[in-house]
Amino acid sequence: MIPEVGQFALILALCLSLVQGVLPLTGSLLGRPDWTAVARPAAAGQFVFLAVAFGALAYAFLSDDFSVRYVALNSNSALPVFYKFAAVWGAHEGSMLLWSLVLAGWTLAVAASSTRLPDPLAHRALGVLGLVAAGILMFTLFTSNPFDRLMPMPLDGNDLNPLLQDPALVLHPPLLYFGYVGFAVAFAFAVAALITGEVDTDWVRWARPWTTWAWMFLTVGIALGSWWAYYELGWGGWWFWDPVENASFMPWLVGAALMHSLAVTEKRGLFKSWTILLAIAAFSLSLLGTFLVRSGVLVSVHAFASDPARGLFILMLLGVITGSALVLYGWRAPGLAASGGFKLLSREALLLLNNILLVAAAGGVLFGTLYPLFLDALGMGKISVGPPYFNVVFLIPMLPLVLLLGVGMHTAWRSMPARSLTRKLTVPAIAALAAGVAVPVIWFGGASPLTLLGCVAGFWVIFAALLDPIGSLRERTVMPRSQWGMAIAHLGLGLFVLGATVTSSYSIEVDRRAVIGDRVSIAGLDFVFRGIRDVEGPNYQAVEGEFEVRRNDRLIAVLTPQKRVYRVQTSAMTEAAIDAAWYRDLFVALGEPLGADAWSIRVQYKPLIRFIWLGCLVMALGGLVASTDRRYALKARSANRERRASGTAVETS
Amino acid sequence: MLPLLGLPVMAVEDRTPFADAVLEQRYQALIRETRCLVCQNQTIADSNAPLAADLRRQIRQQVADGASDADIVNYLVTRYGDFVLYRPPMKPTTWLLWSGPALLVLIGLLVFARVIYVRSRQPLDEEPA
Amino acid sequence: MWRYLIPVALFVTLVWFFARGLYLDPGYVPSPFVGKPAPAFSLPKLKDPAARLERSDIVGELALVNVWATWCIGCQQEHAFLVQLASSAGLPIYGLNWKDDRSQALRWLEQLGDPYVASGFDASGDTAIDWGVYGAPETFLLAPDGTVLYKHLSPLTREIWSREFLPRIAAVRGE
Repeated sequence: MIPEVGQFALILALCLSLVQGVLPLTGSLLGRPDWTAVARPAAAGQFVFLAVAFGALAYAFLSDDFSVRYVALNSNSALPVFYKFAAVWGAHEGSMLLWSLVLAGWTLAVAASSTRLPDPLAHRALGVLGLVAAGILMFTLFTSNPFDRLMPMPLDGNDLNPLLQDPALVLHPPLLYFGYVGFAVAFAFAVAALITGEVDTDWVRWARPWTTWAWMFLTVGIALGSWWAYYELGWGGWWFWDPVENASFMPWLVGAALMHSLAVTEKRGLFKSWTILLAIAAFSLSLLGTFLVRSGVLVSVHAFASDPARGLFILMLLGVITGSALVLYGWRAPGLAASGGFKLLSREALLLLNNILLVAAAGGVLFGTLYPLFLDALGMGKISVGPPYFNVVFLIPMLPLVLLLGVGMHTAWRSMPARSLTRKLTVPAIAALAAGVAVPVIWFGGASPLTLLGCVAGFWVIFAALLDPIGSLRERTVMPRSQWGMAIAHLGLGLFVLGATVTSSYSIEVDRRAVIGDRVSIAGLDFVFRGIRDVEGPNYQAVEGEFEVRRNDRLIAVLTPQKRVYRVQTSAMTEAAIDAAWYRDLFVALGEPLGADAWSIRVQYKPLIRFIWLGCLVMALGGLVASTDRRYALKARSANRERRASGTAVETS
Repeated sequence: MLPLLGLPVMAVEDRTPFADAVLEQRYQALIRETRCLVCQNQTIADSNAPLAADLRRQIRQQVADGASDADIVNYLVTRYGDFVLYRPPMKPTTWLLWSGPALLVLIGLLVFARVIYVRSRQPLDEEPA
Repeated sequence: MWRYLIPVALFVTLVWFFARGLYLDPGYVPSPFVGKPAPAFSLPKLKDPAARLERSDIVGELALVNVWATWCIGCQQEHAFLVQLASSAGLPIYGLNWKDDRSQALRWLEQLGDPYVASGFDASGDTAIDWGVYGAPETFLLAPDGTVLYKHLSPLTREIWSREFLPRIAAVRGE
């Protein structure tokens, strides 16, 4: 019964999304305010029904209703309750439901808070969001219905994929969806603006924090996924350039570009068509990611079970949504050109360069990810494009980007004399050079040119980011939140660059065969293999190794990596054991049993690896701080007051 | 993820590092750039698949026997094709792949130069309202 | 202004590739040996460890080489069809028994029937690597001169047999 309620709610949500999509858009073209006014109530209704549908599916999981096919395939009565709930989005069908729910949540937030915007713009944007939601809901209902029943009902379920039975992976998909789907807001406003052909700074100011929030969620989501891969896949890597990772990274890069170009458009009214294009691209790349992950066109570790029918449907969806937005862009963009000058040494020029490099980086990732598909589709052979390619190619735009970032932060709008810039940046530049050379040489006793460059770049960004906060604290001046946000986010990037450089340059990794009593010595530490025992989990059996880590016989940590076999899916999982400190991780993973108490083991020493995820969190924090800047609220409010006063806020404007 | 299959007979793999650090480094570099075809998105260094173990053993043997990196890559490619290499080989079909990202940056810089040329001749207007 | 249409042009190209990609299998790796001579090998026979099965034994007529093992689920699925094929296809089937346990493999052939003229016993997996094998079951079709005509991955079925193998066999036999 409950699943049927969910099914019905899902259908009603689709109907409401169609209402929300069709009426406001046609109404605004035909000048029917009564039609457009339906946008907000429809958005609210859609959210309520999707919440009901989601609740129904969650109930089916928690009550072990294996007559629902999706539950039977992805849960089991022995699965811990926490994971039963998380299993709602553990596979394709349910994750699409979550996708829709998150979209409805963003839409509701837009509906509730856009009262400060001129109504026609808000209504049209809600209409666009309604159409996107309708597409996604049709996809869910027609190709991936989570409420399909299974006859006869199995006695027990097939269990959740063991890879997903992990706290970080419970949060990873919702955060990613918050990010992906959040870019739909900027997309909707961009399309709404293109429909009339007017981009006023109003929506730009209003769209900025939304874009920042979406980007923030994506940042945390990606970082969480990277952290999960690090400790759960058992290899100790933190980024694999897997197509699915790339699919989430491309919208992140373009979203970062969008945040920066929005700054120029808000401040100077320039780059309007470029900003619009980025807003379309950020969300389109999110949809593209959904397509890549769920269609099976690329090989990936994390791909969902794929089905060409689903692939075709999402491809059509992508074609309609992105295609129509881009056609609209081709038609309206020429009219958006605005004049306004700036010099080579100006904030505008450096932000433009930032955009070009970020988009080139995203383009490079897209190109490398899709190249095997291009060749295959043309019948020109099968190749693999992996980390050795991306690691090289990604640095081409990224190194200049990071080096220019320190300059860009301290450049004034319009024009700036070179001399005042050099005066400001000489000290941090020298400090970065000194620290970037000293740290690797003193700590690790040597460095390759690329490592030195990476360390110097990392410190350069950190010092440049700290310049304004230090100045403001010393002179007791008040710095606006947005400036704090920028400083914090860039500080995070610097920490990330430093962490990534040091980890990739100085990690020590040993794979070997070990019997109980053996000792592996790396980085001045002894890892002693103490023993092995059986461990019983709720839905798995495991063997657990015990390793003591000693420095000069002083005990530093006891690590207990596991090798688990989950009972239902009988797949073996490696649970690495990690001793974490801010400056290094000690990592032990148990490999295969090699007979007679011998095991293959992997021992790693990973300096500064925590800086990678810490850097991401700090970046996201910067975004949060910046988005709470009071001027967004104030300026938006005052703009609307003026408009109301002058009586231009009529529905047909 | 391991496929839902039975497991073949595993030979005990020799995992002791090479005594010669240079050989060890070459061996590690090779297995870290070789794609495991069974599991498809892992290198043979990371994979527990039996085929990956066999390939590691072959590569280890050949490194020990004094084969060059090019010999070993060639050994892999004649058997499994270019798909086995995570570092795509340079050949006519991959020229675009390798030059693409640099071309993108180059195009971007040309656009940048053009924009600066145009904008720096426009008046630096006052703050828009 | 044509330059504002660049994005939509790029996007259309991309969609065209994706549409084609939907009908391709990204995980299928074609054998580099197709059109080339089958690799040389020499293995002890499964049923008679003292005797050897070599490349020269299997060239001279159209032949199938089937990679199998008792640990491989797909091999179980296709086995009955192989047994059928052995009596009806009019060409010899040779087995490459990959990283298996000899006694288990012998028991399997006894119980399920033996479609193979002979099976080579590849305990180390080196011959399988030489043949570019990466997932059993795999089936190679060899021309009389020893050229690899085709390699099929995944269990053989009648449908695959008539779609992929029969036309190639007919072409060689000049039918």
